[in-house]
Amino acid sequence: MYDVIIVGGGPAGFSAALYCARANLNTLLIERQAPGGQMSTTEVLENYPGLAEPISGSEIAFAMEKQAKKFGATTINDDVIEVDIENKIKIVKTAKQIYQTKTIILAMGAVPKMIGLQKEKEFMGLGVSYCAICDGSFYYDQSVAIIGGGDTALVDAIYLSRICKKIYIIHRRNELRGSKYLQKKIKKDDKIEIVWDTVIDEIIGETQLEGIKVKNVKTNVIKDIQVEGIFVAIGAKPSTELVKNKVALNDEGYIISDNDMNTNIPGIFVAGDIREKTLRQVITAAADGAIAAHVAEQYIVKENI
Amino acid sequence: MNKKKDGECNMNFDITVRQINTDEEFDKYLKENSSAVVCAGRWGPMCIPVYKAMEQLELEDQYKDVAFLVVNFDIRAANRVRIAPQCRSFRGLPFTVYYKDGELVHATSSIQSKQQLEDNVATYLK
Repeated sequence: MYDVIIVGGGPAGFSAALYCARANLNTLLIERQAPGGQMSTTEVLENYPGLAEPISGSEIAFAMEKQAKKFGATTINDDVIEVDIENKIKIVKTAKQIYQTKTIILAMGAVPKMIGLQKEKEFMGLGVSYCAICDGSFYYDQSVAIIGGGDTALVDAIYLSRICKKIYIIHRRNELRGSKYLQKKIKKDDKIEIVWDTVIDEIIGETQLEGIKVKNVKTNVIKDIQVEGIFVAIGAKPSTELVKNKVALNDEGYIISDNDMNTNIPGIFVAGDIREKTLRQVITAAADGAIAAHVAEQYIVKENI
Repeated sequence: MNKKKDGECNMNFDITVRQINTDEEFDKYLKENSSAVVCAGRWGPMCIPVYKAMEQLELEDQYKDVAFLVVNFDIRAANRVRIAPQCRSFRGLPFTVYYKDGELVHATSSIQSKQQLEDNVATYLK
């Protein structure tokens, strides 16, 4: 039996694994994809303290995994399909195994939101993308639009400006939400044009994306923009399917917790982007993971299990 | 992944699906298997779910006659997938291609669910 099973291998999960392992807890981390979660789609991680030299999200994810393993955590690649959390001893079922554990740290993170347009799903990989790093190279010297105005949208724009000839940022407000530092970089870049107060109304194309119709939300004027691709960066939705109706979620589906990462179920802790909180960044995810690990350890001692 | 001198590189994806590293291996697998699904991708968020779905299908009896294979998008062995006419308009990883008797009969771009893979196998490889 494990002392703690961590579901999810992003910065929250690996930080939790590191702290659990260093506390000498028998620790298993289960990740269904590659290490890093959303962080792995970041080309350069610039806002994490100590990383003065450029490092990609993927590189730091592998380093985090290595560090957690170095201190004794076990990490595996598997899909968690069910958790039974009602009793003191919790059960974690994966596609391959069934595990018993004293505690669980939920760190499944979040996934990009879709816009909900007709043809959006149909044209995935045919002009619609949710990952600039993954698919940017297909748009060399072409025009693309980024939908969104937060940090992800701005980072994507800066990355794509080295590949594409023109980047439109389609943003529904008259000011960007992303950091001022990124905004400065965007404004200096001649290839990037911000289309303010505008939403995407339609994807144009028969068999692949050939352009988009956008609508100004103040004037209701609709116009076509000819682009070969769009990158959707309108935020994320929490990956809480596994614990729906099992732990308390807020209206947006994020797990409700206190400052010590306790959920409403004893022995079940939460960390990272999946949690209800104000700022979702690598550093806050890592901090959550450390706290969750510490509190899980205290719980095991207190409950004497 | 480990880079080799000649530009090829050994795949080191943590998956159970067989991984193609050379043109010769690609030819061999297509010769040995009249039905094959080949996924050309990287270790990215859209690619891994497809590999995982392939892992699950590979274990199912009804697909024992289908070879499920993965090739790293960036190595020479993936050229035939990258330049296939069926993939010309593709702009999202991974590229998943279906071979019947050595001939490429269908291709999809970007993430695919297990159900989509099953549907395509039923439509194009049976």
